Amino acid sequence: MNIPLNITKTIHDWLFSIMPEGVATVTEWVIVAAAYLALFAVAGLYLVLLERKVAAWFQLRLGPNRVGPWGIFQTMADALKLVSKELTSNANIDKFLYNLAPYFVILSSLIAIGVFPFSRQFQALDINIGIFFLFAVSSIGVIGILLAGWSSNNKFAMIGAMRSGLQTISYELSVGLSMLTMVLLTGSLQLSEIIEVQRTGGWLILQGHIPAIIAFMIFMIAGTAETNRAPFDLVEAESELGAGFHTEYSGMKFAYFFLAEFINMFIIASIAVVLFFGGWLSPFGITDDITWFPETIWFVIKVLGIIFLMMWFRWTFPRLRVDQLLTLEWKYLLPINLVNLVLMAIIIWLNWTI
Amino acid sequence: METILFYILSALIVVFSIASVSSRKILRAVTYLLFVLIAISGIYFLVDYSFLGAVQLTVYGGGVIVLIIFSVLLVHHIELELEVTPIKRKIIAGLISVVGLGITLWAIYTFPFTNATNYKSIEVADIGRKLLGYGDGGFILPFEVISVLLLAVMVGAIVIAKGKKLNE
Repeated sequence: MNIPLNITKTIHDWLFSIMPEGVATVTEWVIVAAAYLALFAVAGLYLVLLERKVAAWFQLRLGPNRVGPWGIFQTMADALKLVSKELTSNANIDKFLYNLAPYFVILSSLIAIGVFPFSRQFQALDINIGIFFLFAVSSIGVIGILLAGWSSNNKFAMIGAMRSGLQTISYELSVGLSMLTMVLLTGSLQLSEIIEVQRTGGWLILQGHIPAIIAFMIFMIAGTAETNRAPFDLVEAESELGAGFHTEYSGMKFAYFFLAEFINMFIIASIAVVLFFGGWLSPFGITDDITWFPETIWFVIKVLGIIFLMMWFRWTFPRLRVDQLLTLEWKYLLPINLVNLVLMAIIIWLNWTI
Repeated sequence: METILFYILSALIVVFSIASVSSRKILRAVTYLLFVLIAISGIYFLVDYSFLGAVQLTVYGGGVIVLIIFSVLLVHHIELELEVTPIKRKIIAGLISVVGLGITLWAIYTFPFTNATNYKSIEVADIGRKLLGYGDGGFILPFEVISVLLLAVMVGAIVIAKGKKLNE
């Protein structure tokens, strides 16, 4: 097995100098895992806070402002509350599947996060099928939602899970096809190589002009649907289904679903940044020559920009009906996407790229 | 390290396959089957064939298992249990699987394995060229035949799902 762990070479060398090889490898795995878990928790908590602040801004409110300055410790307090809560369940559930379901959702997003190149050095797993691996791993997450809905022994949860299945199976097509359109331009599935292509030729959304912009729009729509966020949040439509598939969950198990939703948003935004906006590359290459400059900053700025866009969607559009949701995917997005794919192929064939 | 991981994955496959066929709750059986499929994809990743591993995850994990769960969700209530299989059928199934195991073991032990020299991991581009190649060792014909088969399946599914028109 060949996993290049190139987060920081110094730590790697230091570890191998003080320990035998086998122990050092395992220690390195543990350190990488801990780093990513910390990133996961911090990103999740602060995205929740950001969501609440953005929502407050859109609705002319103040938002959380009591715990710490500008309420920055609000979500930490919420997390502590959730940890200390009792884990309840109702009668006649399938205990095993009920307890297993949250882990499917959270593990699939946790594995996916390891593939992203946050900077030149900061990438845990740089496999040659990067994009496809992301697609494969994120397709596991929906199983958790389906299992949660079924094993809760609750009709509302069940309907929520069914809707989620419909939605994910349909919109996965659009996500995959729009990613494929961009892969045509790069000729590689490896995430670090996709970014290398953009260093010389400019960001992919500019390189592929019209089809790239269409692909970006489709990706954003389908990506929002993949994360089950408004306007596609039929899965947990509060006015119809209670809380949807996680109605019966409490405490930390609920928090897993909740965190996974925000991390999935982060993942979709990261894919968009890598595929369309040059990953950690700076705009116009202004910091490319400065070796000590932390490129992660550019990545985070771009990701936050996309996430803000998704939050903007959420607080602007009303929720779709199920039939509208399916019509949008199968009668509009999918045909447009297929035509777009052919268009992109023609553009590359005739060498019309910038 | 690879050896340890291989034994862990194989143990997972064996345990969960047995659990899958012996469970009386259908969705649990499906979940155990999912674990088996994920462990198999783990073995593909272990031998550095990550493309096939990812295909295994997408097609079986994200496709087949989701469809099975979906159909279970539609027709099966949580309190239902599968009926116990009669002993005669159990014996027949056991015998067939023993025969299958025998054939597989025979094939593995008689095949002359050689150590791979100058190995390099397979790129997706190579797979694509092979899949659409019509030269020596190309797979264009099976590829096209399978796509025609898939088209036929899709047309069939649409015809069945549409049913008769209301005014007929």
